[in-house]
Amino acid sequence: MEERRSISDIYGGRLALQRRSYSPSCREFCLGCPRLSLRSLTAATCAVWLVAYGLFALCQNSMVLSTAIFITLLGLLGYLHFVKIDQETLLIIGSLGIQMTSSYASGKESTTFIEMGKVKDVVINEAIYMQKVIYYLCILLKDPVEPQRVSQVVPVFQSAKPRLDCLIEVYRSCQEILAHQAVTSTSP
Amino acid sequence: MWLLSGGAAVTGHGQLGAPRSRRLQPERSAPGSRIPIMVLKVFFPSCCCSADSGLLIGRWIPEQNSAVILAVVHFPFIPFQVKQYLSEVQKVSQVEIVVLGTWCNNKQEKEESLGKFLDDLGTIFSHEPWLQLSKEKGSKFWTCHTLSRQAGTPQEDQIILIYYDQRKAMLSQLHPPEMSLDNQPGVIPAPDASKLAAVFDTVARSEVLFLTDRYDDGPLKLSHWQSEGVEASIIVELAKQASVPVCMLLTLLLSLVSGLCRSRIFKFWPLSFIWSKLSTCEQVGYRLEHLKFVFSNQKAENQNQLMRKANIFVSLLLDVALGIMLLSWLYRKNRIGQLADALIPVADHVAQELQDLLQWLMGVPAGLKMNRALDQVLGRFFLYHIHLWISYIHLLSPFIEMILWYVGLSACLGLTVVLSILSDIIALLTFHIYCFYVYGARLYCLKIYGLSSLWRLFRGKKWNVLRQRVDSCSYDLDQLRLLVVIVQGLIHFLVDLIDSLPLYSIGLRLCRSYRLAAGVKFRVLEQEAGRPLRLLMQINPLSYGSVVQTYRLPTYSCYPKDSWGSLCKKLFFGELIYPWKQKGDKQD
Repeated sequence: MEERRSISDIYGGRLALQRRSYSPSCREFCLGCPRLSLRSLTAATCAVWLVAYGLFALCQNSMVLSTAIFITLLGLLGYLHFVKIDQETLLIIGSLGIQMTSSYASGKESTTFIEMGKVKDVVINEAIYMQKVIYYLCILLKDPVEPQRVSQVVPVFQSAKPRLDCLIEVYRSCQEILAHQAVTSTSP
Repeated sequence: MWLLSGGAAVTGHGQLGAPRSRRLQPERSAPGSRIPIMVLKVFFPSCCCSADSGLLIGRWIPEQNSAVILAVVHFPFIPFQVKQYLSEVQKVSQVEIVVLGTWCNNKQEKEESLGKFLDDLGTIFSHEPWLQLSKEKGSKFWTCHTLSRQAGTPQEDQIILIYYDQRKAMLSQLHPPEMSLDNQPGVIPAPDASKLAAVFDTVARSEVLFLTDRYDDGPLKLSHWQSEGVEASIIVELAKQASVPVCMLLTLLLSLVSGLCRSRIFKFWPLSFIWSKLSTCEQVGYRLEHLKFVFSNQKAENQNQLMRKANIFVSLLLDVALGIMLLSWLYRKNRIGQLADALIPVADHVAQELQDLLQWLMGVPAGLKMNRALDQVLGRFFLYHIHLWISYIHLLSPFIEMILWYVGLSACLGLTVVLSILSDIIALLTFHIYCFYVYGARLYCLKIYGLSSLWRLFRGKKWNVLRQRVDSCSYDLDQLRLLVVIVQGLIHFLVDLIDSLPLYSIGLRLCRSYRLAAGVKFRVLEQEAGRPLRLLMQINPLSYGSVVQTYRLPTYSCYPKDSWGSLCKKLFFGELIYPWKQKGDKQD
């Protein structure tokens, strides 16, 4: 069962939310971030090249221009491979765990899997971020030594930063699966 | 992100204030998608997906309600022999391997008789719950049932089918290693230990099950990742055979060498003092320790030691290779001669510059009025030092080329040794600068202490700028000293980098990334309604930063780790900076 919607993030930009339900205990939420805009790319390249031409006019050394080309290329590749996130996915499988995947613009995927035994709860928190107060969804992990304490807080959808309506939907699904998980683990 | 409020604070209207823990009500799920009570996880090896019908053998983990399937036993078999074989395997590997169920691969039309035969097997091998997996021809989706003897009727268990790559799970090692400390096979892991680690552990410990393949004439025919033929490499086998005598020979040689080094000749005071101060001796001693560790006769006990041995071996190889490259470059076109010819004029030039500086200071430097008497004394003292130094350098000049030639030969011991020798040569050549620095710094230090004790008297009054003579002298010398310290620091940093980088681990992460696992990741495969959930379990490799951090080799010197800030502070307050680091010495 698949569902696609358009929602907004905290800055007002458009995000694409894709929600899939593979089985009653396995759900996936996919958030697509806005792509790299041509305008910002052109602006950055122009800035670097203006500086390069200025330096070239000063010192008349063509190495400056070659270095500018290298810097632009390497900078763009580095940005696409390490910084620009294309899509963020949250996959929750009851009785196995929660998996978060970030896909970068260059195709690289970085995955984190948290086993269900380590998950204490999934909550929505408020935070002060620059000049705003925003909501974010996070996973609370159990402390192995003391089960009542929270050892770590893992935020979800860190670069997409969706608004509260999307977060409430994800929160409700997660709580449903976690509640059934708690029931099955305590029953004989 | 800046966190303001911790805890479960959900406010529907965006108000700040005291966090209210009001829980949102979960949605009432639609009827028909009710989540069943018990979830059964089946870990199936992807190599057995096309195997013929037979029995499933593996391990049942009741705490997690999951079955790890290790192999498929094919027809024909005698049930008694199967039970005997499994009990033998259990004794050797300490893993409770049992018959978990049946596997039916219908390659031709559906065979009714086979189905009934498989059902009857359930009565022979009793196991709770009894799994029945079957696959139709040309269909990706399997049918899974579980049979529970107690209930009598098939239960409505939800089954999750997780495919895993047996070879990768067998060879991989999870980080952080939770069960590496207790390697005893009979130890039960802690209840809150990682559940997936139990799966990896099961596969790794059942190695004895994978030793028989289909070409062996055993009582049973098994299907697993090695059943097409046990994987081995001729080079690895030959190396294993050859390594024992080679290791013994090398251990003997190394013990001879280290015995020689520790002999009584080197224990007398001037020699032992010099040896302990030179970084070359330390580096050579360090490499000797490494060689002894790598070629020792004992086998590595656990994974950590094995990785450490491999890292040291690769690091040594690279070191020697770089050293030999440098050697071949240095000995061509008489570069040694050119270096020796360039050395004397440089030393002369530095001495001349220092003499000019001292003459300037003894006069009226920058228009400042100085204490004439002290000026003359210190200036003459330092000039005499420089004169002595230059005389010694000129005495040595005919022998420098020969010395450099023989010292350059030591490059075949490794690049790090060459760099340490370079660092020592710099230290020796600039020894006179170091002496001046020591005199100046000590005098300056005394003055600063004197000033600071008198500071309280001057507070609140008009500030009198007291100028010291040795002051300006030591500032200029400080710059020179700083330069030398920076160069030496860079050399030591390079040596430490080559020493401590775990090259084998990085190479392993690059080429066989499944060997070093940070965890697992799941991929959901194509689903069909009414069928069990199908997942693919893959290994999530460790990041390069964690690899370097986990497998870093310990080094003897902590010079580069001292921040440059503390170095500058020492310069300002006149504390001495020692260029030579001794093992275990604390900085003054």
